[in-house]
Amino acid sequence: MDDLLAARLQMAFSLGFHIIFAAIGVAMPFLMAAAHALHLLGRGPGYRTLTKAWSRGVAIFFAVGAVSGTALSFELGLLWPRFMEHAGPIIGMPFSWEGTAFFLEAIAIGIFLYGWGRVRPWTHWASGLVTGIAGVASAFFVICANGWMNSPAGFDWNGGDPVNIDPWAAMFNDAAFLQGLHMVVAAFQAVGFGVAGIHAGLYLRTRYAIHRQGVMIAFVMAALASIAQPIVGDFAAKSVARRQPVKLAAMEALFDTQARAPLLIGGLPDAAAARTEYAIELPGMLSFLAHGEFSAVVKGLKDFPREDWPPVLITHLAFQLMVGVGGLLLAVSLAGVLLLWRKPEKFFSPGMLRLLVLCAPLGFLAIEAGWTVTEVGRQPWIIQGLLRTSEALTPRPGIVFTFAVYLGLYLFLAAVVTLLMSRQVQALHRELAGRSEGEIP
Amino acid sequence: MSWTRLAIELFLAASLVFYVLFAGADFGAGILELFRGSRRSDEQQRLVSHAMAPVWEANHVWLVLAVVILFMGFPVIYTTASTYLFLPLVAILVGVVARGTAFTFRHYDTLTRRYYRAYSGVFAWSSLWTAFFLGTVPAALMLGRIDPSASGFSALFLDSWLNPFGAVMGVFTCCLFSFLASLYLSGETRDEELRAIFRRRAAFACGAMVLAGGGVFVTAELSGLPLLGEFFAHPLSVACFIVATALLVPFWFNLRRRGNVTIERVLAAAIVALVLLGWFAVQYPVAIRMAEPITFERAAAPEATLRALLGALVVGILLILPALLYLLKVFKWETLEREG
Repeated sequence: MDDLLAARLQMAFSLGFHIIFAAIGVAMPFLMAAAHALHLLGRGPGYRTLTKAWSRGVAIFFAVGAVSGTALSFELGLLWPRFMEHAGPIIGMPFSWEGTAFFLEAIAIGIFLYGWGRVRPWTHWASGLVTGIAGVASAFFVICANGWMNSPAGFDWNGGDPVNIDPWAAMFNDAAFLQGLHMVVAAFQAVGFGVAGIHAGLYLRTRYAIHRQGVMIAFVMAALASIAQPIVGDFAAKSVARRQPVKLAAMEALFDTQARAPLLIGGLPDAAAARTEYAIELPGMLSFLAHGEFSAVVKGLKDFPREDWPPVLITHLAFQLMVGVGGLLLAVSLAGVLLLWRKPEKFFSPGMLRLLVLCAPLGFLAIEAGWTVTEVGRQPWIIQGLLRTSEALTPRPGIVFTFAVYLGLYLFLAAVVTLLMSRQVQALHRELAGRSEGEIP
Repeated sequence: MSWTRLAIELFLAASLVFYVLFAGADFGAGILELFRGSRRSDEQQRLVSHAMAPVWEANHVWLVLAVVILFMGFPVIYTTASTYLFLPLVAILVGVVARGTAFTFRHYDTLTRRYYRAYSGVFAWSSLWTAFFLGTVPAALMLGRIDPSASGFSALFLDSWLNPFGAVMGVFTCCLFSFLASLYLSGETRDEELRAIFRRRAAFACGAMVLAGGGVFVTAELSGLPLLGEFFAHPLSVACFIVATALLVPFWFNLRRRGNVTIERVLAAAIVALVLLGWFAVQYPVAIRMAEPITFERAAAPEATLRALLGALVVGILLILPALLYLLKVFKWETLEREG
């Protein structure tokens, strides 16, 4: 394995690992705050147990997310020093805001997790909410920096050296807002479905009412996010079409520039032969989705120099996966909302619950796929159009070795966290079983 | 002279000092678990968990702040260090990840004794490991053996930190952190016997720290770095050196007499902060000593960036400080008042 590939894989694994924990850190506090509010409003003793059970999970995920995030802040320099040297002064600002948000998040979560009986109830509740708000802010700030890599702004590129730096313009680049919104909504979606699915499975097995409450709260969040996501996603795709036409072409596996460009469903692009096989074509749909008109011209990959193409197969498949999962989660959300509206008693039927169980990992899968689209679709550039990933690579040898260390550590951690979560559930069930029937709502 | 840059340098210095004073003590608590002996050893561990759990994540963020200041404000320092000191940095990161997760897992996953011991082991050993490597980094920045023009893996990536001076600095850092931890912990309990245990540990750690500190100067001289002379060449570092040494006297007196715990903790924190400040004074305005030294001035980002960074830091600190004080008030001061 060459150093560049090893470095890219190390970055991909680190980010892919961290994003799961980051998404949970963004969305989970809101679920916790909802359950906590219901408890404080006196809607039943189960909500207190649920809040505490969720907060134990949050504590574990937050700790892993915090330390893996710290590792990332070093890894940028450890792997891509040339990138950081140029990019730091331009795009460091959202990171410094992110530092503040992360700090507030860490403080608020400390108060929330250990504040039971120590701070006043609604102050305590507020600390949970602040954790979530700071998490959302963190996500936005970090994505401002990533957006800048896709849509560089706020400087002039003077033969490889950035001059006339304007950190504010860099932070509020064209990609930042939509990318950030897309990710935050995705976090709500993934965590909502993840939590709803887990509690649905547990409810099927145990019939504890607390799991019904868990499904309900999480499903509301999941459904709201899933219905919003196609709209946000559409805006995000239009923004990519405008800013990074080559990325859009790779996402859609479009080789030839054309008017009335078709939207492909499925299909295996073959970059060497410059054509896509086995796809269902919807004529004109891509033109409409990308530019708002069925007759609009969409640029194909052949319009760009071959050495600037991203890996088409990976980008296209990841994009299809993300959109497919998004569509599925939208359908499940609409079905669930319809059930709750027309036949609420059917919502907790085994069929619906099993469907939710199946959906549990899908949102996270879509997040991973989406980041694959963003990052692989930007290749071969680390800063779109300006600095190639290969030019940013550290000169040190042995990246394969550090990649192996990180990979081993993260895989081990993932296994331990999974084990811990299952044990948390067992502990919760023991706690519930230990109570008299009357206490369980 | 850029005032913006100076203000940012002060923020950087402050976040490093706070990182050592708060997170350093968390590492120290882990190290102390390795030396907890058999007497009331479970209670010692429980005290560590109890003291650290609500605050360790916030303590840890000071490092993130320092890293962010470096890569936005002084990117060349950040990229040079992360290229040529990648081995100790990777070691630190592995340690940070292992320690944080093991500590949390121990707190939330205490179903069986066996797991508790495994998590505790990882927590304690990774605390020692991380603290040691944390010490090798400033050693490399001081010693000046980072040489981008060298050839060969060892000359580029090992020689700058893997040497007697680096090793002694690593040990010194471990002692420093344990010293802080033992005093903070002795103040976290009202149990006189437990407090006495941690005070004995503090006396031991203090002795070890002074010895290792002497070792730092000796190995520096042997490595061709006239560190003692440099300390005495700069008025600020002389002052820090003398005051820190002088403070050891009331500290030691208080410790022997079993006086006020809070005074002890404040004195210990002051001694450690002075050690750091003294080092900053010796090192400044250079950040990385090498053939062509990297100064803060040379490494600084353009003025527009520095101004934006300073703005973010000022707003950030205005948001963080009240929250942080509230956190400490709830979990540190009020606990003492209630239990006291």
